[in-house]
Amino acid sequence: MADLSVNICGIPFKNPIIPASGVFGYGREYERYYDLSKLGGISTKGTTGTKRTGNLPPRVAETPMGMLNSVGLQNPGIDAFIANELPHLLSCDTVILANIAGSTPEECAEVAAKLDQTDVHMIELNISCPNVKQGGAAFGTSCTAAAQVTKAVRAATKKPLCVKLSPNVTSITEIAKAVEAEGADALSLINTLLGMRIDLRTRRPILHNNMGGFSGPAIFPVAVRMVWQVANAVSLPVIGMGGVMSGEDAAELMMAGASAVQVGTAIVQDPYAPLRIIDELNDWLDSNGIDTAAELTGSVRAW
Amino acid sequence: MKQDKYTEKLTYRVSSMEQLNAAAWSMVIDCPECAAKAEPGQFVNLLPDGAFTLRRPISICEINKEKGTLRIVFEVRGKGTKALSELRAGDTVNMLAPLGHGFTLPEKDTRVILIGGGIGTPPMLPLAQYFGSNAVVISGFRNQDAVILQEDFAATGAKTILCTDDGSAGRFGLVTLPLEEEIKAEKPALICTCGPLPMLKAAAALASAYEIPCQVSLEERMGCGIGACLVCACRTKDANGDEQYTHVCKNGPVFNAEEVIW
Repeated sequence: MADLSVNICGIPFKNPIIPASGVFGYGREYERYYDLSKLGGISTKGTTGTKRTGNLPPRVAETPMGMLNSVGLQNPGIDAFIANELPHLLSCDTVILANIAGSTPEECAEVAAKLDQTDVHMIELNISCPNVKQGGAAFGTSCTAAAQVTKAVRAATKKPLCVKLSPNVTSITEIAKAVEAEGADALSLINTLLGMRIDLRTRRPILHNNMGGFSGPAIFPVAVRMVWQVANAVSLPVIGMGGVMSGEDAAELMMAGASAVQVGTAIVQDPYAPLRIIDELNDWLDSNGIDTAAELTGSVRAW
Repeated sequence: MKQDKYTEKLTYRVSSMEQLNAAAWSMVIDCPECAAKAEPGQFVNLLPDGAFTLRRPISICEINKEKGTLRIVFEVRGKGTKALSELRAGDTVNMLAPLGHGFTLPEKDTRVILIGGGIGTPPMLPLAQYFGSNAVVISGFRNQDAVILQEDFAATGAKTILCTDDGSAGRFGLVTLPLEEEIKAEKPALICTCGPLPMLKAAAALASAYEIPCQVSLEERMGCGIGACLVCACRTKDANGDEQYTHVCKNGPVFNAEEVIW
């Protein structure tokens, strides 16, 4: 049994596997399958200043080795999250990353300020949602906007602040550096790639939003590449994600530079995916004579 | 799929497989713990073998609690359902079940009208088995080649009315014609329906006009199937009449017709 524990921004995680924001809701649907304390952490559904209804359906399309979604940040708003969901999540004996988003830097800061008054462990600022018109990816695709929103949120909270980056940019390292300069404590990447599918019969895009976020094993190599680039460009810890389906995928992303790994699409397919990935990571470490998961981080021997 | 202790929990044996017509297949799955919990109107979410990311939600067509089996009937619509149609008795299938909110049923001795359209017909069978001769089952299909489950419905003791769009089997025309006749003959306490959206809308409109409670089973492209990922959204009215998005997999697939914003 390897030591799976990792530490990010001074927060101990019992293992490096975290359900990614969006696929896991606020955890309740998964409690009938297993005890959430087995998870390294939980990144909660992206929460905004006020309730959002989300985009028109259809919101999902399948593609070989992946899927597209256009949920559009449907959530009950930060006050309902803090009142109805957070107390239960904090009782689950796992690290809670509150994923937040907003249309303006002020909205993001207001949400962060409210969370600052709670016992949530970490704030994950989403500047990369591809499915909303304002905020979201608009923040994450320009260095100036990314810096501005990070600065506003940084001023609103002393909680460890992780900023979630978009892959839909020319240079993710430039965005990462801009966010680091404004006081982010960690980075998480990659959010989904912008994609599109068309129904040949109707000539309509399958997603009502026309475009959506492309995720799943098809994007894993992009995630490995971007995690590697960003981990080498900044001195912040990186939480990696993007198409992780197995313990070996998690090990690979950690070698590229991730301190922990989020799992998204794998959970849409199989509710047990995070537990299986934790077991597989442990088995892989054991069978390779590696004592700790943490020593994988950044251990790639790049040419 | 690789077998591990977690995948095993979702792995069940196919006990029989039968082709019903060019596109439709009937699969019986040996799953005592799922059958014990299943209710009419719920669904199963099957992961086909191969390079598929998403599961395929399929409504439950028969619940046999004594044998511990669930039966599903589905049409081959794409690669995923094609892969499922290639399973045979003895093979295993990865399944989450039972899922969703099913029909809310009154006492068995209540007159009900059940309306199924095309591949929306299968979830009407558990209802027909429950209500027996108190049920009228109206099923509609494109043509004779698409007709399924008529013997199963007849065996429940329910009155069965078959319609086809082209008149090649049963009555010519839409299910709403016999629906209105049956309502006029004797007003039912409940109408339950599953099928294409225009049919659901028309049935719900008639139910509303005659002030009959109506439950509809909806369909939407689905993700996790358990209410977490929020992709299978449908527009409904909340208790205050305000528009909201609820989710077919968790709040449905069965909704009261008056909740649905068509």
